[in-house]
Amino acid sequence: MITYAIVIAAFVIMQILRGTGHISSLFEGLLVPICVYVILAVSLNLVVGISGELSLGHAGFMCVGAFASAFFTKCAQNAIPVSGVRFALAILIGAVVAAVLGVLIGIPVLRLKGDYLAIVTLAFGEIIKNVINVFYIGRDVNGIHISMKDKFSLGMEADGEMLLNGPQGITGIPKDSSFVVGFILILITLFIALNLINSRDGRAIKAIRDNRIAASSIGINITKYKLMAFTISSALAGMAGALYSHNLATLQASKFNFNTSILVLVFVVLGGIGNIRGSVIAAVVLTALPELLRGLADYRMLIYAIVLIVMMLFNWAPKALEWRERYLGRFFKKSAKEGE
Amino acid sequence: MSFLSYLINGISLGSVYAIIALGYTMVYGIAKMLNFAHGDVIMVGGYAALTMMLSLNAHPLVGVLVAIVVCTVLGITIEAVAYRPLRGAASPLAVLITAIGVSYFLQNVVLLIFGSNPKSFQSVVPLPDLKLADGALTITAETIVTITSCIIIMIVLTTFINKTKTGQAMQAVSEDKGAAQLMGINVNKTIALTFAIGSGLAAVAGVLLCSAYPSLSPYTGSMPGIKAFVAAVFGGIGSIPGAMLGGILLGVIEILAKAYISSQLADAIVFAVLIVVLLVKPTGLLGKPIQEKV
Amino acid sequence: MKKFNKVIGAAVAAAMVASAVAVPAAAEEGTFKIGGIGPVTGAAAAYGSAVMNGAQIAVDEINEAGGVNGAQLEFNPQDDEHDAEKSVNAYNTLKDWGMQMLLGSVTSAPCIAVEAEAVNDNMFLLTPSGTAVECISGDNAFRVCFSDPAQGTESAKFIGENGLATKVAVIYDSSDVYSSGIYDAFQTEAANQPFEIVASESFTADSKTDFSVQLQKAKDSGAELVYLPFYYNEASLVFQQAAGMDFAPLWFGVDGMDGILSVEGFDTSLAEGVMLLTPFSASAEDEKTQSFVTKYQDLYGEVPNQFAADAYDGIYILKAALEQAGATADMDASAICDALKAAMQEITYDGITGTQITWGADGEPIKAPIAVKIVNGAYEFM
Repeated sequence: MITYAIVIAAFVIMQILRGTGHISSLFEGLLVPICVYVILAVSLNLVVGISGELSLGHAGFMCVGAFASAFFTKCAQNAIPVSGVRFALAILIGAVVAAVLGVLIGIPVLRLKGDYLAIVTLAFGEIIKNVINVFYIGRDVNGIHISMKDKFSLGMEADGEMLLNGPQGITGIPKDSSFVVGFILILITLFIALNLINSRDGRAIKAIRDNRIAASSIGINITKYKLMAFTISSALAGMAGALYSHNLATLQASKFNFNTSILVLVFVVLGGIGNIRGSVIAAVVLTALPELLRGLADYRMLIYAIVLIVMMLFNWAPKALEWRERYLGRFFKKSAKEGE
Repeated sequence: MSFLSYLINGISLGSVYAIIALGYTMVYGIAKMLNFAHGDVIMVGGYAALTMMLSLNAHPLVGVLVAIVVCTVLGITIEAVAYRPLRGAASPLAVLITAIGVSYFLQNVVLLIFGSNPKSFQSVVPLPDLKLADGALTITAETIVTITSCIIIMIVLTTFINKTKTGQAMQAVSEDKGAAQLMGINVNKTIALTFAIGSGLAAVAGVLLCSAYPSLSPYTGSMPGIKAFVAAVFGGIGSIPGAMLGGILLGVIEILAKAYISSQLADAIVFAVLIVVLLVKPTGLLGKPIQEKV
Repeated sequence: MKKFNKVIGAAVAAAMVASAVAVPAAAEEGTFKIGGIGPVTGAAAAYGSAVMNGAQIAVDEINEAGGVNGAQLEFNPQDDEHDAEKSVNAYNTLKDWGMQMLLGSVTSAPCIAVEAEAVNDNMFLLTPSGTAVECISGDNAFRVCFSDPAQGTESAKFIGENGLATKVAVIYDSSDVYSSGIYDAFQTEAANQPFEIVASESFTADSKTDFSVQLQKAKDSGAELVYLPFYYNEASLVFQQAAGMDFAPLWFGVDGMDGILSVEGFDTSLAEGVMLLTPFSASAEDEKTQSFVTKYQDLYGEVPNQFAADAYDGIYILKAALEQAGATADMDASAICDALKAAMQEITYDGITGTQITWGADGEPIKAPIAVKIVNGAYEFM
């Protein structure tokens, strides 16, 4: 409940600020990316925190969602002129395609364990990126042309339009994303995630995480539940991808590399593994941090790295936790009471 | 003939992956952590050697030695500042994220010191290339030196871990930290030593990487780092001969995929092969099977 | 720990709300505010840094000489890490700062994203080096450099018309917008030229250290000339590896190749005989170029490449257009944009990346490409 309250309060504050014109352009522009990363962080937390599997290829699902939805929008731009309806369909398509891929990848991947599972998700993420990079799809009077070599071999008429141009990706995507849409998607994500965690299925998934053998001995179908968490997480990431791709005029597969997957993992771990509210807060803070540090000019990314290390040590190191308990303990108890 | 030449190129590339993977697997095997900053330590090693050779006109061998010293000190420092405090944290992922922070940190420090323009590295290998079959096949001197170094390092490391007392201590720490401590092993010292060795190896790898592919920028280490990580997993992470085998195979597959299937999809093919291998042998080619305890 | 995070979260949220509240940018008397966007960190940092350095030199020169229409210039460079999303963030930061016109973005994909925002705001945009066609799709956007199709087409024409070769191989970066854009145009134009593309090999950003396969295939195809539409960093590796396998065709590069001679430690004899189309030559003997190159070397310790030169010219082009339009520093961004749109099509500019440059309504520069050949470690005009 508190999580919903925080999100809704943040939304209301932002809307008031926007309505009265008291918000900077930077922050106005950051709102949609923040929504994207919040959804990504929550969805990855379902795999990493609830299901207990390390995934290093989350950007791949976002990539698929982004491309599927943007491709649909480009195709349907004339057929469906109402942007609201078109965007809703695009988001749905992004989520469904990513979910299907989640199932396909999940079946083999979830047989593995630990670091080996992590590396295979990384591999799938890279494969998705590389494969999308070689697709050339164009449309002219003769219909749709597809090639996996280059633009030239499409053999298009001169007036043809490139829909997906290999590494140059998709350009000219209408800007359908807005903070309101992002906010609604966050609420949907939270609803799905929190309901899953507190449901019978969610408890089964956590039981598998805590002790695989014990869980299977009481009759929990391990593959089914793991796949369930993985697929829901992929679908949500696909949704985030759709939101992302309709926020910028250009989309390239190279964006969805290993570093993006890692970035989302950083949100999850910093916010607390399995802690959905933490993911939301960490995603907001770490997306905004590099922008707030712009005043430091050349030292910006250096300071960002240091802040990241310090925050990790402060939040996770056993010594730091002990120290906090001792010196700040009273303050926390007090603030916790106020908070609840 | 062209197949042979591709094969040789694959082995050259693979030997570079292998030497990086040795450091990765060493640290993973003992400390049980994925050190994502390893690639960046390699880059620092490259810059250290380059600075010695270019600015101070030192002999290449001096450059290599300085690089080893710099990286060893760096490795110990990173371990003490960023990794050790997190030992015993609630989740092993915490230290993974800190490693990423360290990786960003190293890249940006080097960016500020040396600038973003790539620098061309002079090979530290003074030998001529080996020409076979009337010059149709070329094996570069760098490849020969890299493979030789790989084999030497592999043998020395294996002997060290299996035969010396310190090596035995490392194995004990890797098996069970708590029990090792009870047996009177200083866990912190042992892990620090592991990082020192791993980072020293990174310096050697950095110098050889830059000799084979002489372009050095603050981001030089990250991609080979990831590829070497893949190679280490391929061979069975934690296994020293596995890292060597994984590295060479990865290089050969990458080059052959480029040559005979598609240069655009070569990376995708490498990863696909990795997935297939892991599905058939879930702990890599030479990895020990995981035993599930009830 | 959860409690602690809540406190931290609340504190940070409060700080962010505070920082999110707009501070109306105080319009300083008598300065034109020019924003700059480009990668200063990340893998493309070399290009962005060169642009920022080049632009800063021009701004300082103009300010010393009394400014533009009696007003000083102020230049604010922002980093975008070569990422479209970050580039838009940088653009919004600059808007908060009170930017009146934009020099950027440096790289193609981010530039497309920023341009879409700039069209909506009616913000004037001049990209020094964003080469993709879509970078200047709006009527508010112009560029200094050639577009990708223009470069590819001109290269093919140059090779064909000068009869440099009958068999041509191409190696390009298939994961890069710039490189693949030039390749597309080159391939299209090659059909009209008296040479044949015998091999077209690609590499990707993830494996751009080993070119042995691509070179081997080019060699086996019997190519007399190899076309290399990518940046100097990768090119330096290509030349080194080609020398190792005794492969010595004619090499032909594009503007991204400029800079190869100033890679620290690079054996320039490997690049001997390389031809490239570049708008800028650091060894040109005209006074403007020499003064720029000397200043750049004094300040940054490197020989400037075409990125720096494009940015240097970019600032002077803005000056020329501002003067033509008679713009004053108290005008808002939209008014300046309207004035500059018209003025850009009226001016004729002579700079270090071309002479007698004019612009059409589409924003493309009209200038003659310059082909140079590397002889004895320096450019020689062809």
